[in-house]
Amino acid sequence: MVEEQRTQTPAPGASPGSSGSSRRRFLVAGAAAGLGVAAGARAEELPVPASSLKMGAPIPPESYGMPIEFEAHVKRRRSDVFKNKQNYSDWSMTPLHQQVGIVTPNGLFFERHHNGVAKIDPEQHRLVIHGLVEKPLAFSMSDLMRYPSVSRFHFMECSGNTLTDWREPKAVTVQQSHGLLSCAQWTGVPLSWLLDEAGVKPEGKWVMFEGGDGSGHLRSIPIEKVMDDALLVYGQNGEMLRAEQGYPLRAFFPGWEGNTCVKWLRRIKVVTEPDQIRGETARYTDPMPNGKWRQYSMEMECKSVITNPSGGMSLKGPGLYEVQGFAWSGRGKVTNVDLTFDGGRTWREAALEEPVLDKCLTRFRYRWNWDGSPAKIASRAKDTTGYVQPTVEEIARVREIVGFVQHHNGIFPWSVAQSGEVANAIA
Amino acid sequence: MRSLDLRSSVAALCVTLAVATAAQAADFGKRPEAGFGRPIGEADLKLWDIDIATPSGGNLPAGEGTVAAGKAVYEAKCLACHGENAAGGPVYGTMVGGIGSMTKSPRVLTPGSMYPYAPILFDYVRRAMPMNAPQSLTADEVYAVAAYIYNLNGLVPADFKMNAQTMPKIPMPNRDGFIRDDRPDTRAERCMTDCKPIGTVADASKPAASGTAAAAGGTGNQVIMGDPKSGAAASPAARP
Ligand code: HEC
Repeated sequence: MVEEQRTQTPAPGASPGSSGSSRRRFLVAGAAAGLGVAAGARAEELPVPASSLKMGAPIPPESYGMPIEFEAHVKRRRSDVFKNKQNYSDWSMTPLHQQVGIVTPNGLFFERHHNGVAKIDPEQHRLVIHGLVEKPLAFSMSDLMRYPSVSRFHFMECSGNTLTDWREPKAVTVQQSHGLLSCAQWTGVPLSWLLDEAGVKPEGKWVMFEGGDGSGHLRSIPIEKVMDDALLVYGQNGEMLRAEQGYPLRAFFPGWEGNTCVKWLRRIKVVTEPDQIRGETARYTDPMPNGKWRQYSMEMECKSVITNPSGGMSLKGPGLYEVQGFAWSGRGKVTNVDLTFDGGRTWREAALEEPVLDKCLTRFRYRWNWDGSPAKIASRAKDTTGYVQPTVEEIARVREIVGFVQHHNGIFPWSVAQSGEVANAIA
Repeated sequence: MRSLDLRSSVAALCVTLAVATAAQAADFGKRPEAGFGRPIGEADLKLWDIDIATPSGGNLPAGEGTVAAGKAVYEAKCLACHGENAAGGPVYGTMVGGIGSMTKSPRVLTPGSMYPYAPILFDYVRRAMPMNAPQSLTADEVYAVAAYIYNLNGLVPADFKMNAQTMPKIPMPNRDGFIRDDRPDTRAERCMTDCKPIGTVADASKPAASGTAAAAGGTGNQVIMGDPKSGAAASPAARP
């Protein structure tokens, strides 16, 4: 039944691009088909489709394949909630509700730049490691690609994901509320290898990473994290990094906020104490009670969200719906996801789909028979450290929620109206 | 005989292969023997090594700038985006004021109110501003424009000379405004039945349920880009 829904073609009249959501069309079409089957009605005889009656498009001598035109509406989009007045220090968001599986296609991976997308010739690019090391080193891209490589699946989330939706519902869709989140298979070299090669001096406790773009974005990372699981990445999902993801080289810190994963990486400097530059003080810090700010809060805590159904979608009548979403934790694996349909009074455990990986998007599924009455649905994840995703109320009791606050990992409810309309119900 | 030989050599080969495979598997993810980095000297990195250890001012370059010189730099190279007297322009909010606002609503974030160490301004302007020509200012120009911006914020007098010695000593109002990451700071439970409905931020200002930690903060809207009039949603530049 569920599989049948999944393979339904878009409902007649649901012209691609108009509904803005292929997944939404799937849900709608599935429900309609389900009703038809239940009634036992016989539809008209199916004609032979046009595609069966002619040759398809020939194979061009060479090409980079693009999605078919019917999927052209599936796009990353800048925020329509928080509109920047320039588009260089700005961001675009992943259509999570249109993603299938756990891997985000490279063209849909969210972006956050501080001075536009740099264009760097890999032949010219150099990475240097210096500071508190025995041997300062320089690497060309071909030097770096001579090392044995490792590939790992990990999510990446911006510290500012969901920041427009603390006190009142602002985002309409899950793309706008949670789309500063993506997941990929990353390929590169463990950073520890290169730091060992350079020889970190005992007093080297923090490591500074700096980008070669027009913002010179930089962050300082504790040496423990760098030596633990950090990667120097040149590949993403089977190809070289896209320019927007820092081509030809970026840092990658599994489970840590996206802005630590410095793009267009050109310099690594080992130091004793962090530099405390603007991006570590005036930005990426969390307002706390008594006028304080929490800094270096780089680990992304356990979080989840229902992507189907989600804001802006519409359920067409009572019946079976597969509720789906993502759960992830910067501290390990997801162990459980619970769903509520009554605003949090009762919860039921969802199924986690394999693979369930460390610091990776995990897809959850639950077959929900909607009885047609108003519902308030939400997901709640738990990770291998035992940490349970909190509500925004619980977060607000220990932090100060003033304006646009970072690190929003609160439980995110959607309301389902009797009409089937799904809406942001954070407050 | 021959076939026996063959058999034993096949067996030997299998053993060798098994050993090699095991060794390769054990190597996976381990640092290889070889390294491909090429030696480089700190002297070769002078143009690259631009980050400032902002608490101490370490790595601030030679040079000096005055408030008056900074006003000239500002008007030529910054005003178009940041507005008259750094009070806000077409793409960014004010860079002046907000001192004392951290415990108020809104918190107004500017270099004067927010930066805990004065050299942060040098580090940022040198690497990232003017946005349309980053790293184009001389050290003297960066010192000067920093003197101008801090003077507008009332943190240095009009005759101040900004340099590597004076800059780290400027007392910054938000010097002690930061705490290091101490999360996890919530302790949610996995309640399955008869649970408290999902609460909102507003619910947090009501008395805490037993067992919940601190009282709510909630001073209302914070203006990230320092433009109280436009409000957060209309704020001009980037935050996350
Ligand atoms: C082309 C437009 C443009 C020009 C010209 C420009 N800026 Fe900026 N400036 C910006 C934007 C946009 C930001 C916000 C960037 C961000 O947060 O990523 C910014 C941020 C800043 C900040 C950070 C303020 C804070 O609250 O932390 C400082 C300081 C600054 N600029 C100084 C300057 C100076 C000095 C000049 C002239 C030398 C200058 N800018 C020229 C656009 C510009």
